[in-house]
Amino acid sequence: MKKKSKFGKVILFIVCCLVAFVMVVPFVWMLSASFKLKNEIFSIPIRWIPEVFHMDNYETIMEKINFPLYFLNTAKVTIIITLLQLLTCSMAAYAFSKLRFPGRDTIFLAYLGTMMVPWHAIMIPQFIVIQKLHLYDNHLSLILTGAFSAFGVFVLRQNMLSIPDSLNEAAKIDGCGPVGIYWRIILPLTKTGLATLTVLTFNNVWNDYMGPMIYLDKDTNRTIQLGLATFKRQFDADYGAIMAGTVLSLIPVVIIYVVAQKYIVDGIAYSGVKG
Amino acid sequence: MKGNKEKKAIPRSNSRLNRREWTAGYLFLLPNFIGFIIFTAIPVVMGFYISLTDYSGYGEKKFIGFANYLKMFQDSDFKVALQNNLIYSLTSVPLTVLFALLLALALNRKLYGGKLFQTVYFFPNLTSMVAVGCVWLQLFNSKKGPVNQMLTGVFGMENPPKWFMGTSTALMTVVIVVVWKQAGYYMVMFMGGLKNIPAHLYEAAKIDGAGPWQCFKNVTWPMLSPTTFMVTILTFIASFQVFDIINVTTEGGPGRSTEVLVMRIYKEAFKYARMGYGSAIGYFLFFIIFVITLIQWRGQRKWVVE
Repeated sequence: MKKKSKFGKVILFIVCCLVAFVMVVPFVWMLSASFKLKNEIFSIPIRWIPEVFHMDNYETIMEKINFPLYFLNTAKVTIIITLLQLLTCSMAAYAFSKLRFPGRDTIFLAYLGTMMVPWHAIMIPQFIVIQKLHLYDNHLSLILTGAFSAFGVFVLRQNMLSIPDSLNEAAKIDGCGPVGIYWRIILPLTKTGLATLTVLTFNNVWNDYMGPMIYLDKDTNRTIQLGLATFKRQFDADYGAIMAGTVLSLIPVVIIYVVAQKYIVDGIAYSGVKG
Repeated sequence: MKGNKEKKAIPRSNSRLNRREWTAGYLFLLPNFIGFIIFTAIPVVMGFYISLTDYSGYGEKKFIGFANYLKMFQDSDFKVALQNNLIYSLTSVPLTVLFALLLALALNRKLYGGKLFQTVYFFPNLTSMVAVGCVWLQLFNSKKGPVNQMLTGVFGMENPPKWFMGTSTALMTVVIVVVWKQAGYYMVMFMGGLKNIPAHLYEAAKIDGAGPWQCFKNVTWPMLSPTTFMVTILTFIASFQVFDIINVTTEGGPGRSTEVLVMRIYKEAFKYARMGYGSAIGYFLFFIIFVITLIQWRGQRKWVVE
């Protein structure tokens, strides 16, 4: 019996390694192709580690498109949206979890309801709203539409509910107002939730493609996903340069993953349990 | 689990302190509320109105009643997209759920290097669809890509599939890439669900002489069903919103073989300047997701009561 289960575990381990291989191989290809010359990329047999590391592809992508600017645009939009979401979502979550006022639970239910409105279904009227506000081809269009999130409110509220009410009651008796309680007691105790929301939002906004595609026009306004997709369309056969751009676009995501993997994984596991 | 001790919001007396808390409550909600009104509520109402007009994106719009909705069911582009989308959903959802569950079960066995496996499996999910699309386009390149090189070279296949370039294979290629990308995400959800199954249930089952399969069938599967249900619903909803990967790899082609609902909305509204018609398809999508959500609510209630 013991032996059999050990054997099973070895098989399982091998299967897991194979799956890991399938998960990783595209990224190995990406890295490797980005350092190869054009005629080396599809060589037979495949050479996974380039003989010589050529930087030509990275030079190409910097020359042909305004890559650093796209990078900067994306960083700007992503950071601003993330900060705004943290603020607006934590404020609403605080009201929904710690303050008592008439209609609170009804409003919260209505709020949950908005989570099911798919963005794609209302992107046309939302686009018209943005046009009417004269924000088309302006980063503010992305920032304003991205600054609010029912999901974020939901996650943070869940977090805040686990803070015992005795804490803010005590602060209230000591004369601390709602703003003080929010800023000095609730926020510091919601660090995990805030961290989760930060990484998830950052990642979503950084990877957003359709939003920028609809709202932005000028080359100098483009974000990295939009810039990369446009480059891919224009220089379809420049495989190496496309991969170089892809590598560069992934750098922040990888950094976030290395630093904050725990928060990402915990957040997702939790949302699955809670439902 | 921990959040259910919520107190009823009953304002006790109209003391000054209470009223101060009321005002604070509304003020704290205000930013989110304004954003919600302008960017969700108004578009929801406006979208329905626009779907009843022939709005092109500029100039005047004429009220045409439900003509756009009637047009939808005579429009072969729409019907093909809907059909493709259904095929896509009914393949990508079960495959994703199955792979995610299997991966979670495997990693739940406390394997050597399990943490590393989890890290690796999850990683594709964090990358953008644009990046993923660019990479897989090359891997699946029908003439010289490594996948077909392997199929012809190692397995001796004479006519390997054309993947993204083939009318009959493009949609399934999209499914493969999407499952590859998102399985890790739902795996993590399943792992959360598995962690919540109390260990004593397994011990009891083992004492009763249950083998691994019986343990799975009688303990894991029923205890995990709320998570499985959640994951199925979430992937199902997401499958009706597929767009990025298709726009990067095939743009709906070859032919119309990868046209899907959101692709139709996008093309009608932003390429052919038929905002009214695009909005009608948008509302159709809304309706589908609304129905799935209703199923979710009913299902959840069922599990909460039982």
